[in-house]
Amino acid sequence: MIKFNQVSKRYKNGVVGLRDNTISIEKGEFVFLIGSSGAGKTTFVKLILKEIEPSQGRIFLDGDDITKLHRRKIPYVRRKLGIVFQDFRLLPKMTVAENVAYTLEIVGGYSKRKIRSQVSMVLGVVGLLDKSNMKPHQLSGGEKQRVSIARAIINNPKVLIADEPTGNLDPETSWEIMKILRQINRRGTTVVMITHDKEVVDIMKKRVIELNDGKIIRDQMNGGYGYEG
Amino acid sequence: MKVSYTLKETFKNLWRNRLMSFASITSVVATLIILGTIFILVLNINNVSEGAKDQFTSIEVYLEDGLDFNETESIGSEISALQGVKLSEYKEKNRALEEYKEQWGKDGYLLDGFADNPLPNSYVITLTKIEFADYVVKKINEIEGIEEVRYDKDFISKIISISEYIKTIGFILILILIAISTFIINNTIKLALDSRRTEISIMKYVGATNWFIRWPFVLEGTILGFVGAMISTGIMYVLYNYTYTILTSDFYSLIAVYLVGVDKVLSDSMVLFITIGCGIGALGSITSIRKHLDV
Repeated sequence: MIKFNQVSKRYKNGVVGLRDNTISIEKGEFVFLIGSSGAGKTTFVKLILKEIEPSQGRIFLDGDDITKLHRRKIPYVRRKLGIVFQDFRLLPKMTVAENVAYTLEIVGGYSKRKIRSQVSMVLGVVGLLDKSNMKPHQLSGGEKQRVSIARAIINNPKVLIADEPTGNLDPETSWEIMKILRQINRRGTTVVMITHDKEVVDIMKKRVIELNDGKIIRDQMNGGYGYEG
Repeated sequence: MKVSYTLKETFKNLWRNRLMSFASITSVVATLIILGTIFILVLNINNVSEGAKDQFTSIEVYLEDGLDFNETESIGSEISALQGVKLSEYKEKNRALEEYKEQWGKDGYLLDGFADNPLPNSYVITLTKIEFADYVVKKINEIEGIEEVRYDKDFISKIISISEYIKTIGFILILILIAISTFIINNTIKLALDSRRTEISIMKYVGATNWFIRWPFVLEGTILGFVGAMISTGIMYVLYNYTYTILTSDFYSLIAVYLVGVDKVLSDSMVLFITIGCGIGALGSITSIRKHLDV
C-alpha cells in the first residue's frame, strides 16, 4: 500500500528529516510509527500526504508512483487517505453530522441522500449517532476525536493516518479510540499511527516502526514500544 | 449548501474585518476616482482637439483697409495658387459682422453698438491638410496688402501636449494607486485567510482542489473591488453631472459644444471602473493566497 524506496528528505534549512529509508507497508496492516520528536515521524507522514517532496528516492501509494506530482493532482492522492489529528480540527460552527459530511461535500459528486446515509453509517461505527446534532463544544475530547475519525473514514480511504490521536486524551478514552481504529483496520483499511503512547503500543501488539535521527532503527511485527518508553 | 455557505461566510468575513474591508473599498474608490478624472479629462481634450482640428484647417487672412477691387482680387488669386490651399473665400467685413452676431446668438445685440464696422475684409482659406499651415502662412505673409494672418495652430498643439502630459502623469499615478489598493486588499484577504485556517487545513487534507479552496477568497476580493467600482461610478456621475451643468450654462456655452455627454461618460467609466475594480480585487486576493496559503 505504501512503499518507500531509499527515501531521503533534507529540508531547505539543512535539517535532515529522513535519511535513506526503504520500507513497505502492506494493505490492511496496522503500523505504529514511534520515535522521539525530531526523529522523522512527521516527515514520513508529510511525504505520504504530499505536503513535501522527497529529496531522494521514490514513494508509492496504492501502486502509484507519487514521488513527483503536479500540485493539481495532489488533492486526488489525498482523497485516498484519511487523516486524524491530535487536535481534532473540527469546525466549531458546524454540527457533528455537518463536520462529518464536510469531506463528501468538498470532494463533491454525492447526492444529499447518499451523504446522509454515509454520515449515519460512520457515526454508527464511532458510536456517536445520538450526538449527530451537537456542536463540537458540547462534546468531550474523546467524542471530538471520534467525530474526526468519522470524518476521516467517510470517504472510504485506503489508508488512515492518525497523528497522535490519543495525545490529548486520558488512558480510558484512548482505549475507546484504539478500539475504533482497530475496528476500522479489521474492515481492511491500512492504519498508520504516530504515537508516543507506550501502553497503547505495548498492548496492541502491532507492527512497530521506530525512527531515530531520520533513520528506521527498528521494524518489528507484534512489537512493543521499547525500553526507553 | 456549499455555495450559499461560502457566500454567507464571505460576507461574514467582510463584516468581521470591516475596518479592513472599508479601507480596501476606500482605496479602490480613491484609485478609480482619480482614474476617472483623468479618463474624463483626456476624453474631453481629445474631443476638443478632434472637433477643433476641422476649425484649424482654416486660416483667416485680414486685408488692409482701403484696398480697391483689383488689388483684393489679385491677392485672392495669389492665395489660391499656393500649394495646399483648397478653397479661399472672400469675406466682406459686413458679412463677417453678421456671422459674429449669429454665433453669439441672443447675446448678439451687444454688437449692435458699433457705429462703424471694426472688422476688416478677409479671405478665409481652407487647407487640404493641416500640415500645409506653416508653409501657407509664411507665403501669405509675403504678399503685400495683408494686415494680419490668423491661424491658431499653437492652440491645438498646446492642447495635444497638455493631453499627453495628463496621460503620462495619470498613468504613473494610477499604477501607484493600483499597487496600493492591491496591497490593501491583499492584507484584507490575509485576515480572511487567518480566520479560516482550520477550515482550510481540513479542506486540504480531505482532498479539496486548490481552486475549490481559493475561489471564496478571490470572490471576497472581487466583491471589495466591485463595491468600490459602484461607489466610484456614483461619485463620478454626481461630480461630472455637476461640472457639466455649470459648463453648459450660458456663460461657458462655447466650451460646452465639445464636452462629452454625461450618459456616455457614465457608461464608459462604469465599464472601466468595474473592470479595473474587480481586477484589483482579484489580483489582491490571488497574490495574498499565493503568499499566505500553501495549497
